[in-house]
Amino acid sequence: MELLSFGDTGWGDELFFATLMTIAVSITAMAIGFLFALIFTPLKLSKIKTLNIIGNCYTTIIRGVPELLIIYLLFFGGTGAAMYVASIFGYDGYIELNAFITGALAIGIISGAYSTEVFRGAILSIDKGQFEASKVLGIKKSIQFYKIILPQMLRLSIPNLSNVWQITLKDTSLISVTGLVEIMRQSYIAAGSTRDPLFFYSIAAVLYLILTYLSMNLINKLEIKYSKGY
Amino acid sequence: MISIFPSLLSGAVITLQLLASSMFFGLIIGLIFAILRINKNPIINKFAYAYSYFFRGTPLLVQLYLIYYGLANIEFLRNSFFWVIIKEPYWCAIIAFSLNTGAYTSEILRSAFQTIKKGYIEAAQSLGVTKKITFYRIQLPIAIKQSLPAYGNEIILMLKGTSLASVITIMDLMGEARKVNVLTFKPFEAFITAGIIYLFITFIIHNIIKFLEKKYGFQT
Repeated sequence: MELLSFGDTGWGDELFFATLMTIAVSITAMAIGFLFALIFTPLKLSKIKTLNIIGNCYTTIIRGVPELLIIYLLFFGGTGAAMYVASIFGYDGYIELNAFITGALAIGIISGAYSTEVFRGAILSIDKGQFEASKVLGIKKSIQFYKIILPQMLRLSIPNLSNVWQITLKDTSLISVTGLVEIMRQSYIAAGSTRDPLFFYSIAAVLYLILTYLSMNLINKLEIKYSKGY
Repeated sequence: MISIFPSLLSGAVITLQLLASSMFFGLIIGLIFAILRINKNPIINKFAYAYSYFFRGTPLLVQLYLIYYGLANIEFLRNSFFWVIIKEPYWCAIIAFSLNTGAYTSEILRSAFQTIKKGYIEAAQSLGVTKKITFYRIQLPIAIKQSLPAYGNEIILMLKGTSLASVITIMDLMGEARKVNVLTFKPFEAFITAGIIYLFITFIIHNIIKFLEKKYGFQT
């Protein structure tokens, strides 16, 4: 138990901050995913064929390729690309991309693909009559989207978004391979220096379980709150 | 691009092996735990729930590390004959993947069992069919047919999951891609080629499941 004490002798404070890092990366990635989803959902639903294909390519490729591969591609490829761009401007040193930003971006791209599917499903399940009614009333398309479709879409997507959140939270453990000190990386370091991997990976598992448990409860409350009156 | 293809393909073979064996063991584990989950005994029921909650609530990487690094820490396991198995990263990966996919499979099958219409079971009962035969001949086939689409997704998720084997030194498709990246400093070539191979495998699995669904799909 003293291994978990806070301070210089234990790993308690390190693991605590690592947990905060995991939460921070997950939330950032989820937010980035939302942005991607808001861009690609209209593309997937678009009647214009080219846009449609772009939207489908995004979700199919991202969901068909391992998460680790996307992280590596962004991390190694991103470094190479950044150095190439820098070399044009006459800088030849080594550039290391920020692990937090690349990691959050990689997980965000993945979570965006799942969110896109969720939003698409939600919009398709909105009654057609509502689109027609707002058209009849002469409401502009942009206002129709923001005031009528978007609020309903968000409410309908809460249950499925909770799944996406779980996936995103668990995917952040993969960023540890790039060196960002989150739960997984911290346990790896602690396990290495204390030679007690069983203990520290069990702690990591418990921390993830606590995070999923708490966030599930929170999302369930949200779902109940927003489904009032339906 | 062409020169790295053979090594990536040899990695893909390992990936497919890992996938096939973990899906096989995972299906057995999933079936057992699905049956335990629909058991009325609360202790058995809770145990099965705890299993699936743990494996679905923690990242696969944690499970893999727990089994690969963690189990080696237990003294009596190291002295028992299990050591032959758990000292090999390959078997550790298969154990972790099987347990993980087993948890998801048990959830898929459980929900399939629970959505079977009561009328079928009642009809079987009124015809005097024994409980055992009702289970094997009526409940199980319907549950399997109903869970085909979800199971197809699970296979694809597991295919992506096998890429984690590369972090415990297994040279699967992902491991080979990493090696190519380190040797040639061409991350785009290595990872994009590997990505295309992964997509290709996904595409084939997707179509096989689609075909099976069409052929054996269950309409209620």
